[in-house]
Amino acid sequence: MATAQKSNKPVEASDIEQMAVRPFVIRQITKDTYDTFSLELEPQHGGGAFEFGPGQFNMLYAYGVGEVPISISGDPTKPKTLIHTTREVGVVTKALRRLKIGATLGVRGPFGNSWPVEKAFGSDVLIVSGGIGLAPLRPAIYYILANRAKYGKVVLLYGARTPEDILYPNYLEKLRSRFDLETYLTVDRATGSWQGNVGVVTTLIARAPVDPTNCISLVCGPEIMMRFTLPELRKKGIEDDKVYLSMERNMKCGIGLCGHCQLGGSFVCKDGPVYNFVDVKEVFTRREM
Amino acid sequence: MFKKRIPLVSGKSESIFAVKSGKPFISRFQLTRRQRGTIFSQFVKLITITEAVLKDIEKSIVERKDIQGLFDALKKRGYQISGPTLRDNAVIYDQISSIDELPIGWTDTQEKGNYRLTKGNKSSLFGYVVGPYSWKRFLYPPERKLMEVKREGTGFAVVKEEEAITKQAFVGVRPCELSAIAIQDKVLMEGPYADASYKRNRTNAFIVAVNCLRPGGTCFCSSMKTGPAATKGFDLAVTEMIEPKRHYFLVEVGSKEGSDVLKDVPNTAAGTEEIQTADKAIQKAAGKMGRSLDMKGIKELLDDGFDDGQWAAVAKRCLTCGNCTMVCPTCFCINVEDTTGLTGQQAQRFRKQDSCFTVEFSYIHGGSIRTSEMSRYRQWMMHKLAYWQDQFGLSGCVGCGRCITWCPVGIDITEEAGHYRKKG
Amino acid sequence: MENLEQILTKHPFLAGMDAKYIKLLVSCASNVTFNDGDYLCREGKPADSFFIIRHGRISIETFIPQGGSAVIQSIEEGNILGWSWLVPPYRWHFDARAIGLTRAIALDGKCLREKCAEDHDLGYEIMKRFALIIAERLESTRLQLLDFYGNSSKK
Repeated sequence: MATAQKSNKPVEASDIEQMAVRPFVIRQITKDTYDTFSLELEPQHGGGAFEFGPGQFNMLYAYGVGEVPISISGDPTKPKTLIHTTREVGVVTKALRRLKIGATLGVRGPFGNSWPVEKAFGSDVLIVSGGIGLAPLRPAIYYILANRAKYGKVVLLYGARTPEDILYPNYLEKLRSRFDLETYLTVDRATGSWQGNVGVVTTLIARAPVDPTNCISLVCGPEIMMRFTLPELRKKGIEDDKVYLSMERNMKCGIGLCGHCQLGGSFVCKDGPVYNFVDVKEVFTRREM
Repeated sequence: MFKKRIPLVSGKSESIFAVKSGKPFISRFQLTRRQRGTIFSQFVKLITITEAVLKDIEKSIVERKDIQGLFDALKKRGYQISGPTLRDNAVIYDQISSIDELPIGWTDTQEKGNYRLTKGNKSSLFGYVVGPYSWKRFLYPPERKLMEVKREGTGFAVVKEEEAITKQAFVGVRPCELSAIAIQDKVLMEGPYADASYKRNRTNAFIVAVNCLRPGGTCFCSSMKTGPAATKGFDLAVTEMIEPKRHYFLVEVGSKEGSDVLKDVPNTAAGTEEIQTADKAIQKAAGKMGRSLDMKGIKELLDDGFDDGQWAAVAKRCLTCGNCTMVCPTCFCINVEDTTGLTGQQAQRFRKQDSCFTVEFSYIHGGSIRTSEMSRYRQWMMHKLAYWQDQFGLSGCVGCGRCITWCPVGIDITEEAGHYRKKG
Repeated sequence: MENLEQILTKHPFLAGMDAKYIKLLVSCASNVTFNDGDYLCREGKPADSFFIIRHGRISIETFIPQGGSAVIQSIEEGNILGWSWLVPPYRWHFDARAIGLTRAIALDGKCLREKCAEDHDLGYEIMKRFALIIAERLESTRLQLLDFYGNSSKK
């Protein structure tokens, strides 16, 4: 695990505190796409930096409505700024969307484990992301670029539904202009004046300029996209145990007690959300697991 | 002379073998290896017998006429007593304060999908086995407030609330239930985050276990090695002995607190014969189990059978009513519900008992992961017998048989497990 | 400067092909260059060639009335464009347009068709490889249809 520490000792705190939220205030709201938005938060009572590992998530609480797990999508090397990116898909995210700058929401976390950014020192890194899957990966990209010299080739593949669905277009533009990172974008369906690649993101894998014998791959996106990504990575020659995915399941507590996020013999909130592919292989060949 | 003295029992060899001269008897002789070995094994036997005798000395007898004293001793110490009592034609657990509230003279007949109270030995206090309730309703109540929030200006603040600690005494905890409590201890207290309310309840609980002399129709604690005798995790363990001329309770002390409570109850030391009679009765019960579940390699068998047609066959019967998860003493899944008051000035968060059999349980945006009945039954059974082992290092099933009894369509986990064993 | 024979021998698409067949392909091959916006083929026209893209990108498109050209898929360098020459009625099914300067090797499909009819071993080698291309296109297209990001999204 990278910067986040996760102790295995039972936390000696009242459960009122574990399941009670910390109030945070919205400092900035960014509309990323027509249904995706980012919230920049700071603690209501001060307290400065929010340390987290790339890949970890917080439970965000909309007053009186409910709580949902949302990946932290900011820069782990600059913990003074806490950013979450989410899509509006249900009651809670809808309530979060309606909040204005200065409004308060609740935060619990950080929970979960991190992308193996330290384990990847010395390797090439192939990042395969789709849709909003780029959000949980962005902290890893920040970390890698902040420690660029420690890695070999770094390649980012990103697929979106249409050009209008591309997440963080300004951030991606900046990445594209860098010389120490290769970025390839594609859309499933072209609209307007899109001159770029058209096709699913899995088609970009074969030609990604990494050395498959010395490459760690970080994959994040809808489960179905990951399912079709994995055979392409295999075909390319990247070993299964070099592939890491971020999995998602229903979460109510985020601390391994409610049982909802179980994935076979593991809990996504504490054994994940980042998994080595070898540990979740069955999920991609079995139904309704 | 030995070049090196073998410590037969650390610190004791001198006192047992020392003779007047002060030198250990054994060191006067040059012994061959075989002779040393023989002496050693004889010594170990002696220690074992001594230990057993010492343990037996910790067993006491409380006569039937004095057993109310146990309740009184607990009440005197401020314990709120919960135990078996009759309600709605079943033996359930609730607050009781006297022996008279126990289901005296009752026993139960249990089979898959079937539970009946029947008349048993008219003087027995504990002649039945487990009913639909388990002790989790006291240790980890099905509903509990987790957080109170009130609006403050443009934001909100969490209100700190004090919670009273209740000392609870559980009378009538069966050995399988002791194992279930131990399992929930592991799940709720030994992860990276512990549930502090469970911990508080647990630390303040006094357990009086009752050994089973008559297994229920759906019991299989022998297979699961969780009974019919209570071996640990109790403050006091009681075996009810009913003989033609005598009705008494053999009591074993399991903790200091247990010993203190027992001091307030009229009791005498148990004799070897009484102890052996009770042991024999428990042994007999072990051999009378109606069911069995062979746990050997069950994890791999179920894993290999993930796509077996049997799941679909069971699903045709399963109503996904979730009864099994409600009666199961180890099922721990909960839901977190956030609500507001009408004015919106206050908001609360509650913990509520939940079941993996609902469609919503596995819902994430777009839909649920486990929509079919088959996938939900499979999740429950594989979690209980297989995934639990990956998560907590032991099986989640204690062989209490409740899920079999209370399943309205009589699905039997031992039958299902047996199917995969046959296939495997 | 590599010659066509070296290029074709090294290309993964023709890996494992007999040297004599490679020589035959070379005899049907030529280097071509397309400027940005040039069409490599038009929908409905006779399909008598296929291309190995060496540099640049191709857009597979179709014309939507009142909508202009809609891009269906992209073909990147290293990939093969064109299977219509193998399948009756031997007419292009879509437009293909160069995005940016594109260099390719064009192969004479008409000539190759006749040679495959004469030499079935050659025919088998060609069919085997194109079956793979068509399968990949089909899977890609199906995945696009699935609309990955439509109903599902990350947190």
